[in-house]
Amino acid sequence: MLYREAGDYKTSYEADSQTFPIAFDRYRYWFVLAVAFLVLPFLVNDYVVNALLLPFLIYSIAAIGLNILTGYTGQVSLGTGGFMAVGAYACYKLMTAFPDVNILIHVLLAGGITAIVGTLFGLPSLRIKGFYLAVATLAAQFFLVWLFNKVAWFYNYSASGQISAPERFVFGVAVTGPNTPAWASYLVCLVFVTFCALIARNLTRGALGRQWMAIRDMDIAAEIIGVNPLKAKLTAFAVSSFFVGISGALFFAVYLGAVEVGEAFGINKSFLVLFMIIIGGLGSIFGAFAGAAFLVTLPVFLKLIGVDLLGWPTDLVAHLQLVVVGLLIMFFLVKEPHGLAQLWRVAKEKLRLWPFPH
Amino acid sequence: MSEVQTGYVTEDGRQIGDVMLDLRAITLRFGGVEAIKNISFDIREGEIRAIIGPNGAGKSSMLNVISGFYVPQEGEVWFHGKKRPPVKPFQVARQGIARTFQNIALFEGMSVLDNIMTGRLNYTKSGMLAQAIWKGKAEREETENRERVERVIDFLEIQAIRKTPVGRLPYGLKKRVELARALAAEPKLLLLDEPMAGMNVEEKEDMSRFILDVNDEFGTTIALIEHDMGVVMDLSDRVVVMDYGKKIGDGTPDEVRNNQDVIDAYLGVAHDE
Repeated sequence: MLYREAGDYKTSYEADSQTFPIAFDRYRYWFVLAVAFLVLPFLVNDYVVNALLLPFLIYSIAAIGLNILTGYTGQVSLGTGGFMAVGAYACYKLMTAFPDVNILIHVLLAGGITAIVGTLFGLPSLRIKGFYLAVATLAAQFFLVWLFNKVAWFYNYSASGQISAPERFVFGVAVTGPNTPAWASYLVCLVFVTFCALIARNLTRGALGRQWMAIRDMDIAAEIIGVNPLKAKLTAFAVSSFFVGISGALFFAVYLGAVEVGEAFGINKSFLVLFMIIIGGLGSIFGAFAGAAFLVTLPVFLKLIGVDLLGWPTDLVAHLQLVVVGLLIMFFLVKEPHGLAQLWRVAKEKLRLWPFPH
Repeated sequence: MSEVQTGYVTEDGRQIGDVMLDLRAITLRFGGVEAIKNISFDIREGEIRAIIGPNGAGKSSMLNVISGFYVPQEGEVWFHGKKRPPVKPFQVARQGIARTFQNIALFEGMSVLDNIMTGRLNYTKSGMLAQAIWKGKAEREETENRERVERVIDFLEIQAIRKTPVGRLPYGLKKRVELARALAAEPKLLLLDEPMAGMNVEEKEDMSRFILDVNDEFGTTIALIEHDMGVVMDLSDRVVVMDYGKKIGDGTPDEVRNNQDVIDAYLGVAHDE
């Protein structure tokens, strides 16, 4: 009964175009933020942070990024893993080249560098569409991974070919390296998630988002009302890559600590993030979160049921996970192309009228 | 070719101004097919100009030349007394030419409001960073644009469907939303490609009223393609008639109606050998 919009009158256009037009949504948003920032850091332990929260937060950023490109602008990309690698290696090079600069700035700069690289690889999108563009971004994926393996400068000529994050501090607390407390790495990622989600939301509800969606829905009509397709597509690639780069930098520096590029940022990563936005919902920021949460918790959940409860062998459960994800992708593509976010919207529509359905 | 820069007064007493858009000897070919053959005509400020002709006469191609989709092989487009270099459609939009499409070209995934708001994109000056923060100039612009859009929504009487996704609307309303999107851009010249195709009589009356009101209240110059002769004769100040890519008539509705070539080619009535 709390969830209603009756009587919630808007008296200005600002109020009408805000992120959460319904009061209850706003309260919930502030509540979630308060819990995430003020309560969770005191409760979490190593396992929860490393198995659930960090991957969820980091993949959320990547999914928001890809959703801007694929869900909002309609440009399919299979290069997410490659662009995450750009973010990771940019962050690594910055961390080792300028050890005195704050790591948070390095992560942002890594996002900026990825934005530039992403824009370059977005150039073919002006000429090609759909599957062909997907293949072009696939080329970016393989090229970038190859590049970071091949050119020793990127991993500072280390013998193993890996990059590992040196220890860095924020306000005297380690956030990278082996001595990082769980809550610190959690908080760093949470700050970036909040920042990215806010920016993404503001961009998508404003004029730029409308340009992107116009290009997605009908590029000819978009052009006729004054959208420059070149600019719209390239800004989408830039903004998308910016987020993906940040997530790659965090994935490397805060989450894994040391990565080998082919393993951490291979084609599988691109597909994983793509699945997240398909399951979560194309063209929705909430969908990015939902998809990330779903695909991060699914293996944990399956392991809990399969291995711990039923006593199945681990490899069986690992393969079962692939089957389940595959089935879910098919289910969502056929039944609900707008994903979990749409299911959530439908539930809200119903709730709005509850308990009187007509 | 009319080089005379003086207006005229219509039957109902509206003052028509100077030549706004002047098409000079336009020829457009697709491979070996000549879609438009050496056509010249002009559109004057404030007038309602109709382009009529049988199917395949090249009317839509003509509109596509004006809005920059097609670049004619020969001929010149003069806009506001200046020769227009080859331009992209989005640049044409920025010069103040908006249009609707024969088969509706709305953004199906967006709400009616967002669709119409896209018409205001040319008036959005704030940069990406300002929009990301959603403060100051970006927010002010958004509100200003919304006010303009609300005026168009009021004008076309579509307040009730503001937040509805466009995909859910019936045909007639979609046509109206598309007109709203074009109007939100506050165009100097509005191109309508068969605005009444597929409508019933009542919807046609509504649409005719909107077209006249747009012309009257905003002073917008309108060029429209239409098949319904009654509508064309009632609405337009001057009519261009095309057939097989050639211009076979140009003048007031009465002149065109009595033009023997036009009767032969198009109307096909009251013509006995």
